[in-house]
Amino acid sequence: MLDKTLTQLSAGLARGDFSSVELTQAYLERIRSHNADLNAYITVTDEIALAQAARADEQRAAGNANPLTGLPIAHKDIFCTEGVRTSCGSRMLDNFIAPYESTVTARLGSAGAVMLGKTNLDEFAMGSSTESSYYGPTRNPWNRETVPGGSSGGSATAVAARLAAAATGTDTGGSIRQPAAFTGITGLKPTYGRVSRWGMIAYGSSLDCGGPMTQTAEDAALMLNTIAGFDPKDSTSMDRPVDDYKARLNEPLAGLRIGLPKEYFGDGLNEGIRAAVMAAVSELEKLGATVKEISLPRTELSIPAYYIIAPAEASTNLSRYDGVRYGYRCQDPVDLEDLYKRSRAEGFGAEVQRRILVGTYALSAGYYDAYYKKAQQLRRLIRDDFQTGFREVDVILAPTTPSPAWTLGEKSNDPVAMYLEDIYTLSTNLAGLPALALPCGQVSGLPVGLQLIGNYFEESHLLNIGHQYQQATNWHQQSPVL
Amino acid sequence: MEWETVIGLEIHVQLSTRSKIFSGSSTQYGAEPNTQASLVDLAMPGALPVFNENALRKAVAFGLAIDAHIGKRSVFDRKNYFYPDSPKGYQITQMDEPIVGLGEVDIVLDDGSTRTIGVTRAHLEEDAGKSLHEDFEGMTGIDLNRAGTPLLEIVSEPDLRSAKEAVAYLKKIHSIVTYIGISDGNMAEGSLRCDANVSIRPKGQTEFGTRTEIKNINSFKFVEKAINVEVQRHIDVIEDGGTITQETRLYDADKNETRSMRSKEFANDYRYFPEPDLLPVEIDDAYIQDVRDHLPELPDAKIERFKADYSLSDYDATVLAASRAMADYFEAVVDVSKDAKLAANWCMGELAGQLNRYEQEISDSPVSAADLGLLIQRIQDNTVSNKIAKTVFEAMFRGEGSADEIIEAQGLKQVSDSGAIEAMIDEVIAANPGQVADYRSGKDKLFGFFVGQVMKASKGQANPAQVNDILKSKLQG
Repeated sequence: MLDKTLTQLSAGLARGDFSSVELTQAYLERIRSHNADLNAYITVTDEIALAQAARADEQRAAGNANPLTGLPIAHKDIFCTEGVRTSCGSRMLDNFIAPYESTVTARLGSAGAVMLGKTNLDEFAMGSSTESSYYGPTRNPWNRETVPGGSSGGSATAVAARLAAAATGTDTGGSIRQPAAFTGITGLKPTYGRVSRWGMIAYGSSLDCGGPMTQTAEDAALMLNTIAGFDPKDSTSMDRPVDDYKARLNEPLAGLRIGLPKEYFGDGLNEGIRAAVMAAVSELEKLGATVKEISLPRTELSIPAYYIIAPAEASTNLSRYDGVRYGYRCQDPVDLEDLYKRSRAEGFGAEVQRRILVGTYALSAGYYDAYYKKAQQLRRLIRDDFQTGFREVDVILAPTTPSPAWTLGEKSNDPVAMYLEDIYTLSTNLAGLPALALPCGQVSGLPVGLQLIGNYFEESHLLNIGHQYQQATNWHQQSPVL
Repeated sequence: MEWETVIGLEIHVQLSTRSKIFSGSSTQYGAEPNTQASLVDLAMPGALPVFNENALRKAVAFGLAIDAHIGKRSVFDRKNYFYPDSPKGYQITQMDEPIVGLGEVDIVLDDGSTRTIGVTRAHLEEDAGKSLHEDFEGMTGIDLNRAGTPLLEIVSEPDLRSAKEAVAYLKKIHSIVTYIGISDGNMAEGSLRCDANVSIRPKGQTEFGTRTEIKNINSFKFVEKAINVEVQRHIDVIEDGGTITQETRLYDADKNETRSMRSKEFANDYRYFPEPDLLPVEIDDAYIQDVRDHLPELPDAKIERFKADYSLSDYDATVLAASRAMADYFEAVVDVSKDAKLAANWCMGELAGQLNRYEQEISDSPVSAADLGLLIQRIQDNTVSNKIAKTVFEAMFRGEGSADEIIEAQGLKQVSDSGAIEAMIDEVIAANPGQVADYRSGKDKLFGFFVGQVMKASKGQANPAQVNDILKSKLQG
């Protein structure tokens, strides 16, 4: 039962093959068996899940079921969930019980989805391996000695290991797509502004995007239908109509123009991944697509641009964690300055402190023009590159990551090496574009993936291509043996 | 040496929106601590600001009132600093692209001359909360009710040359913001506060001296005193051969002195950068025109109209138009009494006097304009004399009732019954045979004495004109 996709489970519930309570119990049992080992969840909300499942079953009995009613999913522990600890993977918020609900989780909740728990992440979403969490690293279910990627590693592992039917994630520089690639699942980073950030704990405000992490593109469409849309509580959310993301899933791909950016296929790319991605390209050609090489010349500059802008925003976003109103407070502060300094030094981990320092430096008087302003200029150029690309092609296809999942601890002491692994995902965040990550093969027993990058608000098209690809292939059906 | 004083003011005006600038919480003053602090005001993780369009309208209205450039695109920035009453660790403000650009206002000096003072800019920002140092032994309490209250910071050019000019300018800004209804202007509640940048230079020198900034002065009186004491300090330091340090200072009203708060070396690096949670604010000509169409009459225009419509003197018109509250009150009194001259006299005389005596604002006046208008009607219809009316007004001010109720209850109705007046006059004549004889023998001045006696006997209620007539004929015998 648990190997079924969200869409299949939805059909099963509708047919009455099983109840939501039965389904939820099955997931909770599997979580009990494997979470200690995988560390996908920080918090498992058994009671809430069972109560919501019972209510979902009642709703269904009363004839009021939605497509998501009764489906057990997990939330990245960056979304505020009322009455439940929302830690953001940090000691700073270890004691923080959110007093309100994020828009994403509220929409899923009112659509009838059942919350199984809150998943692990890099502290404040700062990382690419889920190793910087205060709650310890999450394991990749394909090989426990490797990382699941990050920062949404807990959600990725939960979906890949079937500890949830689907999960929410957030993507600031690749945090949905890269863990999706490392664990063999599907992940969608929507257009910036398509999904509300209200109640989603901020890392880099101008880059953060919530999105679905699922087994299939079809499942991602199902979830996006619920979470996408304007939210008056988020000024950066876009007030424009939302597509029915399932409507175009079955459109044929004949005439589709795909661009392969040569900068994404250079020397740094793992040969196994290159082969897997090119095989997928052939598959899409068979489905009627035409392929051409394009250039996104400023791709390399996305790393310095991102690692200025994101830390700059983070350095002030995280100022509110001061030990005054909520969260961690140091023992016996002697005065205000001591309260601030020790609460933050003890409450934040090393990577968060590093990014706060980098960001503070980049915004400092005398350095602002050289760093932050310059990075914003690069950001515009990167955006322009994509627009030039989209004049020639409908979508851009590229590997999601340059290499498969690395070994736990391998890059923990070399932040720059870890930052370089984000090379293929950062540009889309800087440009604010949507991108869909799909599994497309394996290298030494580890999943690898490709991503489809579309123009603004082209999620429907990306999901259509992803779905057609998944109809023709079975990489998305592979699951690890636990 | 002769010194010239150079002053620039930064005035913080709380905009009178119902809700805060970036959240839906109420801005009502005086609530229990932290009862008006929402998720946004508390800076909860994941909470986001949403700009209150009402604050924008008010800022644009101010810009139009001072004939300033209106920023069709303005941008919010984060000003980063740690302080417990700043819950996010940054203040949302406007740095490079403010909503209001260069403008100017005219001030009238004591000698009647006019000076034009430049307004560099006015920008929108959020107020901080309050730190409460009393009642928490060894600790500090934080009240975030005020956090997020919309402020318009109005920055002047260094055009002011004396404390008096600074006060005149502050009063002018106060008058404008209350006139156009963007602020209640209540300085006691902190709705209008100001920072003064002060420096001196030898008369004739063009470059500025080193300035100091006096923070958070919250009354007209203190602005004048604080600037004067600071200017004197500058003169003393420099004439003693010292130099002024650029720093922020606080004015201590009790000691009438300023003292150092922090010097520039310890100044924060605020790390301003564009607020990523808010989009740039873009407005078009139609929006600006709409605000312009809804602008109320401004003080200078009102003075001219008062002179034309009500035949008031320049002085009366200026006094009555000094605040919108007084101007509106005056016009409401005219509405009921139909007598602009009497209305003006009463507003500037008895009303202003009583308000002054009880230290009340006109908005808190216990006597409504309509009630004062009715009292004036009673003077016009001879129910009471002008003198008795003043007694009635005092009683009205004490809350003893309406004019008619008080006149009735205290029996203050003017006596116009000629029989009753005659009787009183007869008594007075009978009681003062000597004075009667003197009067009849030519001492005309004694007439006043008889009037006084009759009025006294009538407890002031006899109709004075009638008393005059009857007395005259009776004394002539």
